[in-house]
Amino acid sequence: MDNYHTISITNCLTTFKGFLYTEKIGMTMLTMKRLLQREWVSRLVDALQPVFAILAALVIGAVMLLFLRTNPIEAYKALWEGAFGSSNAFAETLVKATPLLLVGLGICISFRGDVINIGGEGQMIVGAILATWVGLTFTGLPGWLVIILAMLGGFLGGAIWGGIPGILKAYFRVNEILSTVMMNAIAVQLMNFLLRGPMIDPSQAEFASKIPQTARLLEIFHLPRLVPTRLHLGAFIAVVLAILVYILLWRTTLGYRIRAVGQSLHASRYAGIKVQRYIVLALLLSGAFSGLAGATQVFGVNYRMITDGSASGFTGSAGFNGIVAALFGQLHPIWSIPASILFGALLVGANSMQRMVQVPSAFVTALNGLVVVFVVSSEIWRRRRQRRRLAAGGQDEESPPSADKEKLPQAGAAP
Amino acid sequence: MISELLSATVLIGILASGIRLATPYLYAAIGETFGQRSGVLNLGVEGQMLLGAFAAFYVAFTTGNLWLGVLTAMIVGAVMGLAMAYVTVNLNAEQGISGIGFFLFGLGMSDLLFQKMLGTVETVKGFPKMYIAGLSDIPGIGEIFFGQNLLVYGAYLLVPVAWFVLNKTTLGLKIRSVGENPDAADSLGVSVARIRYFTIILGGTLSGIAGASLSIALLNVFQQNMTSGLGFIAVALVYFGAWRPVGVLGGALLFSMINSLQLWIQVLGIPVPSDIAVMMPYVLTILVLVATVSRVRAPSALTKPFEREN
Repeated sequence: MDNYHTISITNCLTTFKGFLYTEKIGMTMLTMKRLLQREWVSRLVDALQPVFAILAALVIGAVMLLFLRTNPIEAYKALWEGAFGSSNAFAETLVKATPLLLVGLGICISFRGDVINIGGEGQMIVGAILATWVGLTFTGLPGWLVIILAMLGGFLGGAIWGGIPGILKAYFRVNEILSTVMMNAIAVQLMNFLLRGPMIDPSQAEFASKIPQTARLLEIFHLPRLVPTRLHLGAFIAVVLAILVYILLWRTTLGYRIRAVGQSLHASRYAGIKVQRYIVLALLLSGAFSGLAGATQVFGVNYRMITDGSASGFTGSAGFNGIVAALFGQLHPIWSIPASILFGALLVGANSMQRMVQVPSAFVTALNGLVVVFVVSSEIWRRRRQRRRLAAGGQDEESPPSADKEKLPQAGAAP
Repeated sequence: MISELLSATVLIGILASGIRLATPYLYAAIGETFGQRSGVLNLGVEGQMLLGAFAAFYVAFTTGNLWLGVLTAMIVGAVMGLAMAYVTVNLNAEQGISGIGFFLFGLGMSDLLFQKMLGTVETVKGFPKMYIAGLSDIPGIGEIFFGQNLLVYGAYLLVPVAWFVLNKTTLGLKIRSVGENPDAADSLGVSVARIRYFTIILGGTLSGIAGASLSIALLNVFQQNMTSGLGFIAVALVYFGAWRPVGVLGGALLFSMINSLQLWIQVLGIPVPSDIAVMMPYVLTILVLVATVSRVRAPSALTKPFEREN
């Protein structure tokens, strides 16, 4: 992986001192006193950078809307109201945000380990398959037990689907971007096969049309909802997990090692860290969270699996959008919470935009793409500010990119 | 039933469609080869292809002029490439993730334009088969290789051209040196930025044609997300082919032949679950990557932004 990911990673990635920085709210009060006013401003701009990125995307989106002969103000108003206009709308936003956050948490782990996991889609699907199988098999057990087992099943399914590319990367030097993309395609076909064959709803099997779907889960297995909305327990689980992932990454040896490997493979190896093991773990854990996202979609929203033949038919592209949300949250689990809500809002708002001003919801997909491009592009200014701060004698938390990274032993393995 | 697969007509059919289906892979993967040899990983191929496919289809559908369609697709791809080049070369943005951004943009944008400008799935009369006097009449071989349309021929022609440019010209040398050791190339007066701009825009242009080949030469329709992962496979093929055009050709053919076989298995009604059959090329790609990746070396500067010292 060598230098591949250093740009945004070194910026987001933090050593212990860096942790103080990322936790800038409150935590830096002590150092703040020593900071010059200008440095403080510079750091504030750092923190606000993703917000600028989304504003820029919205401006370009407005131009696109004008070309489509739609009033951008009306369109954005429809978007806003669809996402936040009522308590029910906001609940929907949170429902959409849940899988984004879960996938995003996995992304925080893997990207900080310098492992690019593009396989969220496939991992969600496999996690959902395993969870659904649990829900349809153990119908005699109490509801709470099956829910726990199913969530564990989702976790396991995703872990397997993430672990395979992890092993391929660590021990066979196969680029994980490619293998996770391939694993996505394989997962889709696996889902289509199972839902048309072995796992098909018995009542559908009798019809000629044979809708490819599983049977519906028993009502006692559904994740509890905040009636009358569709907001389910999954959202709560996701937030709790965000805190746990934060603790994992910055308060445990495991997390420290994953980050160390991400920052410098070479140095980590010299420090005696079994690098390969942590590469596998980073991808495995990352996949597990996506798998859990898939499981909560089935047990909290759809209550069955159904396929239209494509991955997004089941995932709603959460496997990709989760990456967007995590990047937007600067690969920090806690910041990923508001970021996921933001992108969940965009997704829900997109639907209302489609209804109110006839702008297809694909508009928001394009917008998300722009946000990603802008966020990663704007890293250069963050780096410059950081350099300026260093030059001004300010303490900086982020270690300069190590020269080691230029010639890592794995150079052939990956971009 | 298996014996049906082995009959001459079916075999010819499988091979002929295999040759045809390799077209989009070839355009996109050869374009990506240029980019990666110069040290830039463009993961946005899929998005470029989708926008190219839509542009070509829309222009061909409204004007009836197929060439104008191809040209538009090339321009659209080139503009996407230009944006990618600016972001990765001038702003030193992370290549993998910005590529995902461009993919999402192309995915959403092509769908948006499709719904706004066409609304329903239409068909267009695509590039016709072009017979080559003499060659096309050879039994079997003629049908397999010389009963294709112009964009298919173009894709295969691209392979030796790309090989020649990369290995036998000064430009190719510059591209390779920028991908292997940009500092050295820079000190010898090669503009790293200019070379990378060139290869990324070239890659975008070829991805645009790859999209066009789908929408106005092979399938002759446009649908949302019609590439369904093809662009990502094209990127994989570059690794698969060890960054050499001929290797890419091998990978593309392997992929398209398996695809074609699987299509024919479905047509003939052989009881193999089609989902499992569709899965096979992906499994195979992973296995081939496992087998080959440790023996070949990627361009040293791949995915590394170039910054002059001081």
